[in-house]
Amino acid sequence: MSTIEERVKKIVCEQLGVKEEEVSNESSFVEDLGADSLDTVELVMALEEEFETEIPDEEAEKITTVQEAIDYVVAHQ
Amino acid sequence: MSRRRVVVTGVGAITPLASGFMPTWQSLLEGRSGIGPIEHFDTEAYTVKICGAVRDFEVGDWFSAKDARKMDLFLQYGLAAAIEAIKQSGLDITDALSPRAGVAFGSGIGGITLIEETAETLFEKGLRRVSPFFVPAAITNMVAGWLSMKYNLRGPNFALATACTTGTHCIGMAARTIAYGDADVMIAGGSEKGSARLGIAGFSAARALSTRNDDPQAASRPWDRDRDGFVLSDGAGALVLESLDHAVARGADILAEVTGFAMSGDAHHVTSPPDDGHGAVQAMEGALRDAGLNPDQIDYINAHGTSAQAGDVAESKAIEKVFGSHASQLAISSTKSMTGHLLGAAGALEAAITVQSIREQVVAPTINLDNPDEGCTLDYVPFTARTMPVRHALSNSFGFGGTNATLAFSRLD
Repeated sequence: MSTIEERVKKIVCEQLGVKEEEVSNESSFVEDLGADSLDTVELVMALEEEFETEIPDEEAEKITTVQEAIDYVVAHQ
Repeated sequence: MSRRRVVVTGVGAITPLASGFMPTWQSLLEGRSGIGPIEHFDTEAYTVKICGAVRDFEVGDWFSAKDARKMDLFLQYGLAAAIEAIKQSGLDITDALSPRAGVAFGSGIGGITLIEETAETLFEKGLRRVSPFFVPAAITNMVAGWLSMKYNLRGPNFALATACTTGTHCIGMAARTIAYGDADVMIAGGSEKGSARLGIAGFSAARALSTRNDDPQAASRPWDRDRDGFVLSDGAGALVLESLDHAVARGADILAEVTGFAMSGDAHHVTSPPDDGHGAVQAMEGALRDAGLNPDQIDYINAHGTSAQAGDVAESKAIEKVFGSHASQLAISSTKSMTGHLLGAAGALEAAITVQSIREQVVAPTINLDNPDEGCTLDYVPFTARTMPVRHALSNSFGFGGTNATLAFSRLD
C-alpha cells in the first residue's frame, strides 16, 4: 500500500500533467506546477475521490501546495 | 466598396478513413469505405450498430494529454484538423498578423459524449463530482477558443451551429469576414463526435440512420434504390483562408479560390427537405451569382448526398433545376458514400475535398451506387474516381431545420 504522500503526488501528476520529479512537497499548484483555477478545483475533486472524503470549499481554498494537501488528508483520516 | 478575394492555403481532416487529409483523400480516390461496427459501446439494445468512427487517432500526435483531458473528442478532432491545415499553409502568426487572424469553427452538436457522461455522474454520484472542465470541454465554440490560445489568433472568433451545414456556414462566413476586411487570415471548419449512445439513439429515433448492420461498408449508398438512411460519422475538416493579397505577399502555395457562397432556409419541416429542393436551388443559384459564374461553367459538385430517402432525390432535382441541360454534363459525387455523414463537420471536410479536386484535377467517386433510384439520373461518378478538368466546383450542405448553404471554389489561374 502506498503512503498518503505517494498517493497525493500521484494524483497531482495525473491531474496537472507533470512528471514525478517535478513535484516536491513544497510545490505550489499554481506557481510551480502551472495549474489554473479550474485545475485546482478538479485536483481537489480527485483527492476527495481517492481518499473518500469531502473537502468543503472553504477548506479547499487553503490547499495550495502538495504538503498542504498531505496535511489535510492526514488530519482527516 | 470592393470585395477582397479569398483563397485557400491549407486543408486538414480527421475522418473515419484516416487521421489526416491526404490519407483520407487517397482512400476516397480508391473508393474505400470508412464505415464499420460500433465498438465503443455495447449496441445490443440499439437498432443501429454501425457508424463511421475515427479509429487511428493518437492524442500525442497533436497535443498534450493534459490539454486533451479538458476536451471532448469533438474538440480534439477539430483542433487536430486545424493544426494540420495551418502546418500545410506554412503560416507564421506573427504579433503583427495576430489581430488580423481569426477562427470560425463550429460543431453541429458539440460534446454530446461528455454531456451524456456528466449527466450520469451528476445523477449517480452527485453535484460535487461534476468537473469544472465540463462546460468548456463540451460547448461548440471551443475549437475556436483553443485555436486562438494555441496560435495567438486575436481576430474574429466565432462558431456557427447549423446542424449539418455548420462547416459550410463557418467557411462561407469566414471568407466573408476576410472579403469584408475584418481579417486577413481565418481558420475555418467544423468538427463532430456524434456517435455517443445519446447521438445514435436520437438520430435513430428520428429514423434518420441506416440499419444495414450486416454490411456496414454498403450502408451509405446515396441515390441508390436500396438506401435506407445515412450513416453517422465522426471527425473534422479545416481550411486556412487568406485574402489573395496576403497569400501572394508571403509566397503561399494557393490551393484554390473561394469564389462564391450563399445561404437559404427551407421554411418547410424540422428534418425533411421540400420535394422540389427549393432551398437547395436557392443556395446553389446564390453561390453561382456570388461567384459571377454561369451554370455551365461548373465542372463538379460535391453533393450533400447523405443516403437519406427524401434528401437525395430533392438534391438531384434541385441540380436539374439550377443547371438545366448542363446538369447531365457535370460530375456529381457524394463522398459521404465512403466517409458517412460527419454532421457539422461534413461541409468542412467536403470543402477540403472539393479544393483538392480542383488542385489535382480528379474527382472522388460515389460508391455503392448499384441501382440509381427513380428520379436520380445524373452523373454521380459511380465507383471509380475520374480524372477531368475541374475549374469551378460547388460544395453543398443542407441541415435539420432547413438550413442550406453552397460554396463555390475555383482554380486560381
